[in-house]
Amino acid sequence: MKPSMPSFLDIEAGRKRLASMRVVASEPIHSLYTLLKLTMDDGSPLPPMVPGQFVQVAVPDAPHTFLRRPISVNMVDEADNTLWLLIRRAGEGTNRLCDLNVGSVLSVILPLGNGFSSPIDPSERLLLVGGGVGVAPLLYMGKLLAEHGFIPEFLLGARSEVDLLQRDLFAAYGEVHVATDDGSTGEHGLVTQHSRLSQPVDKIYCCGPAPMMKAVAKEARRIGADCEVSLENMMACGVGACLCCVENTVKGNVCVCTEGPVFNINQLTWPI
Amino acid sequence: MANLNVKVGSLELKNPVLTASGTFGYGEEFADFIDLSRLGGYIIKGTTLAAREGNPYPRMAETPAGMLNAVGLQNKGVDYFIENIYPRIKDYDSKLIVNVSGAKPEDYAEVCRRLAPLDKVSAVEINISCPNVKQGGMAFGTTCAGAAEVTRAVRSAYPKTVIVKLSPNVTDITEIARAVEAEGADAVSLINTLMGMAIDVERRRPCLSTVTGGLSGPAVRPVAVRMVWQTAKAVRIPVVGLGGIMCGRDAVEFLLAGATAIEIGTANFIDPSVTVKIVDEINDYCDRHGFSNVSDLIGALEC
Ligand SMILES: Cc1cc2nc3c(=O)[nH]c(=O)nc-3n(C[C@H](O)[C@H](O)[C@H](O)COP(=O)(O)OP(=O)(O)OC[C@H]3O[C@@H](n4cnc5c(N)ncnc54)[C@H](O)[C@@H]3O)c2cc1C
Ligand SMILES: Cc1cc2nc3c(=O)[nH]c(=O)nc-3n(C[C@H](O)[C@H](O)[C@H](O)COP(=O)(O)O)c2cc1C
Ligand code: FES
Repeated sequence: MKPSMPSFLDIEAGRKRLASMRVVASEPIHSLYTLLKLTMDDGSPLPPMVPGQFVQVAVPDAPHTFLRRPISVNMVDEADNTLWLLIRRAGEGTNRLCDLNVGSVLSVILPLGNGFSSPIDPSERLLLVGGGVGVAPLLYMGKLLAEHGFIPEFLLGARSEVDLLQRDLFAAYGEVHVATDDGSTGEHGLVTQHSRLSQPVDKIYCCGPAPMMKAVAKEARRIGADCEVSLENMMACGVGACLCCVENTVKGNVCVCTEGPVFNINQLTWPI
Repeated sequence: MANLNVKVGSLELKNPVLTASGTFGYGEEFADFIDLSRLGGYIIKGTTLAAREGNPYPRMAETPAGMLNAVGLQNKGVDYFIENIYPRIKDYDSKLIVNVSGAKPEDYAEVCRRLAPLDKVSAVEINISCPNVKQGGMAFGTTCAGAAEVTRAVRSAYPKTVIVKLSPNVTDITEIARAVEAEGADAVSLINTLMGMAIDVERRRPCLSTVTGGLSGPAVRPVAVRMVWQTAKAVRIPVVGLGGIMCGRDAVEFLLAGATAIEIGTANFIDPSVTVKIVDEINDYCDRHGFSNVSDLIGALEC
């Protein structure tokens, strides 16, 4: 009984593989973030991936970075066969990744994890809520939803206008609502204080810092919306072998790298 | 192409490469990356009599050239293994070895008794060296009397190959090795993780929920090689060597120090296909140095 491949709408994720991938674009967003675009070094097509899945990247030339780094699938661009990774500088590993030059070759394990569940009814009011670099998996999600006749709306939170990532790209797939901590753009305050949440929502897909996701989960409970969150537990193997990444759930401790990173909040034991 | 066969007691392996328990899941997690039939054998997750939830998150911290873990033997218990997991994994053409843990000698023996009828389980590896559980585990592995007691209980319950996995967290590992040899162990494997600790200085808190954990990865390799070398000289039974092996060169280091077989642990997290690469690299080493049998490398250190 091998677990079945995660699927989303008409896409079924490919088998896991260890691939050499070449950096074809490295676009600094500002001093803190870089968008990397990778393609298969041997020219083969990317394996199918579903939104919410992630990859494990080995960081080259980083003497203090022993383990791979988990990074979400930000976008799969079939037209030019590229996988996008949106990376925030958090330490040595992500710094090295943000500084990579075009032409660098990376060892990547992909695709990993379960991904978001697909909605069924196009009339569902879907809100994709992202905070900081947590917006990353929502872009690919928004693209597929829009392409399949769903109407995603985005609620993006950031510290300040400069930290608001990929706003224009999101706008291509649906209406974008914004909240910033300093009020430099959009509504002033946290995403959970945004006026969009006082209008009806059927389903929330959320990714961001843990305190934000907990606040969003609480809000979802309050307004009676279904809610999925994407967790960022620390990982070693990424393939379900080491049991280092566990989250406590109603089924006990489960691996975030295989049974997640996306969980319905009803599966979690968060005090919300 | 060298002959890579080795024998650990009566257990015949097609090559000396095994996987270290707790780092290779049940093998199936790696089936997308490698052909498991190329391995000498695969040692699966620590299995206990009753199900265990393990320790709370966070259970892992990256450290220089390695990592600390405090998983705490999370598993669904031996009966669940036999009913649900064994049928899925038994047909890989490679020797299946189950790693066994317990809080009492009778628990170890009972788990082994239940595993004994399974045709495709070729051996058990008895973990008397887990630093991450409160009861049992390493407590048995740090005294000769404790190690001997567990070995005796298992020996009377399990007729096939018994490998006892030793803790490096002792003053003299050779004494423990001799104690388990005297009780009928067919082989010893070493090392399990070294007890360690890391602190998040910004938050002034331990990195692990359990404060201390087990160190693995290349950081521990020189300690492991030294202990394998000492132990191989001290006992007549075969020694299985592990601790920080990342490539074929590292594996050969253990063979030269006296190991009959080796296990690959943390390296699986960095490269999920590393095990089969190491099989090839050991073969290349033999060819390059004119050894037609890998067994000629065992203990071939010149000093
Ligand atoms: C499933 C998943 C998807 C992710 N997706 C993205 C993404 O798309 N873009 C992105 O920029 N980051 C993402 N992350 C977080 C990213 O993996 C970490 O920021 C990275 O591992 C930090 O490594 P480092 O060497 O730069 O920093 P380190 O020096 O290792 O750590 C720096 C700081 O980051 C914290 N940190 C370390 N590991 C993690 C982690 N796994 N999650 C959160 N904080 C961590 C540490 O506690 C420390 O405070 C994701 C994490 C997971 C588990
Ligand atoms: C995440 C993790 C889980 C482990 N679980 C077990 C276990 O269940 N039983 C056991 O005997 N050893 C366990 N170990 C120890 C390894 O099998 C091995 O002895 C140790 O990691 C040293 O080898 P390495 O440096 O090659 O990883 C575990 C190690 C790690 C890193
Ligand atoms: S990171 Fe190893 S099991 Fe999830």
